[in-house]
Amino acid sequence: MGDRSLLVELGADISSSVNQRVQELFNVLDRHRFKGVLDLVPSYRSLLIIYDPLCISPDEIKTGINDIWKNPDQSRLPQSQTVKIPVVYGGDHGPDLKLVAQYHNLTPREVIGFHTSPSYRVYMIGFTPGYPYLGEVPDAIATPRRETPRILVPKGSVGIAQKQTGIYPVDSPGGWQIVGWTPVKLFDPHGQPPSHLVMGDRVQFYAITAQEVAQWQT
Amino acid sequence: MADIEILEILSPGILTSVQDLGRYGYGRYGVAPSGALDSFALRIANLLAGNRSDQACLEIMLLGPAIRALEDIVVAVTGGNLQPRRDKQPIAMWRSQILKKGDILSFSSPLSGFRAYVAVAGGISVPLVMGSRSTNLSSGFGGFQGRALEKNDILTSENRSQHVKTDTRVFNAAWIPVYPNNWSLRAIWGPQDDHFPDESRRSLLDATYKMTTDSDRTGIRLQGPVIRHKPDIQTSIISEGVIAGSVQIPGDGKPIIILGETVTGGYRKIATVISADLPLLGQIKPGDSVRFTVVSLEEARRALIGVEENIRRFEKSLI
Repeated sequence: MGDRSLLVELGADISSSVNQRVQELFNVLDRHRFKGVLDLVPSYRSLLIIYDPLCISPDEIKTGINDIWKNPDQSRLPQSQTVKIPVVYGGDHGPDLKLVAQYHNLTPREVIGFHTSPSYRVYMIGFTPGYPYLGEVPDAIATPRRETPRILVPKGSVGIAQKQTGIYPVDSPGGWQIVGWTPVKLFDPHGQPPSHLVMGDRVQFYAITAQEVAQWQT
Repeated sequence: MADIEILEILSPGILTSVQDLGRYGYGRYGVAPSGALDSFALRIANLLAGNRSDQACLEIMLLGPAIRALEDIVVAVTGGNLQPRRDKQPIAMWRSQILKKGDILSFSSPLSGFRAYVAVAGGISVPLVMGSRSTNLSSGFGGFQGRALEKNDILTSENRSQHVKTDTRVFNAAWIPVYPNNWSLRAIWGPQDDHFPDESRRSLLDATYKMTTDSDRTGIRLQGPVIRHKPDIQTSIISEGVIAGSVQIPGDGKPIIILGETVTGGYRKIATVISADLPLLGQIKPGDSVRFTVVSLEEARRALIGVEENIRRFEKSLI
């Protein structure tokens, strides 16, 4: 892509196996730290490698990847961690919960049941700092984006867009169906690391009441 | 060494922020680079002020601020000509200047370009956040308290101004960029140019676009002939990493040139502006016309080497 980045595509679709290969390549390159590579942006099915074109050429990067890739040990992934995220569903915290329920002919309680049942994979962090793209949402509650995006979605909002679910870490515009809100801080610019979740983590949502929120607010 | 107070913002202008060369290495956490949109102007401003080329400067957009010097300091103003004045007297850009304690540096509207850069000897001291002093305005961190500058803000610097004793540093006039009202940007096809029919690709190169007023630091929005993608494919793609210079085509077919505030996106990119022309993106202003030409990777490389060579020669001339 352009004269200072390489977009390495590792599959055509959203699948955990493709995403795992992206994660493997990302980990290998992160560990090897090629001179001249400025940033790595892993996503669902590709890895963007941003480099200084006067320091390293795309061919050198490709050769480097192939050399490392020959050694299978290099690509072993770290153990993924499961992160439990408390969510207040519905009401002011989840203004679209009713709409999602109506869309699927379910009760709000049933939607919550479906949303909290899977252990979601963190496919990527993007869009805004710390924003996790989680999948996959059960078909029973997969809902298209809102036709008109909101100008301001409050930080902590938990949304659904088709088979993806995610959490807004900072106030931002957004078009996902907002079903709930979490008091957990997902992005801290001074944190190590700054993002609470990283690619490859698993996320398990569980429902809490608005009264229980206080114990997560420090 | 303790920081000293050097500048007081009397009026902030439309959008004045602290920027350096950007925040790299945090894309995995969804953190975009931010940074000076005209990195060339920032680097030269720093060198003129006696700094390393990557130190934090003020980036001033469209309508300039008024800033009072709280010490005798050396500054340099580069980039778009926003009519810089010292106590109402016009001062030359692209050279070092001395501000005496109490002097007021002010700017008005652009005679050319869109963004000016002010470097201060010693650099502007704001905390490093993820390795950079750039302001991430949309997420509110970095720079000066994570926001654009406001009236009464006080900026500090490491007291190194005494190391530059004179105001004699001048950038070679032949190397000062010209900021026209009609721009020609060099780009490389891809990564998704094959998602567009031939007539769309031809249209991108034949058309003259205009930058619209709803553009901001996230992207330059262009008005002009609509670019259609192939009919049998969806509007959006699976989200992937993007870089500044990506020419993105959303559903309405109106191109947006992505700037440094975006890390991933779900629209197709028909082309990518080359590195040598990226600094120009910071100087295009609403109403300006924009054309694209396509070059090879080798041409892009030669163009970048040319730019960097001039900077290196200037840097050497200072020693």
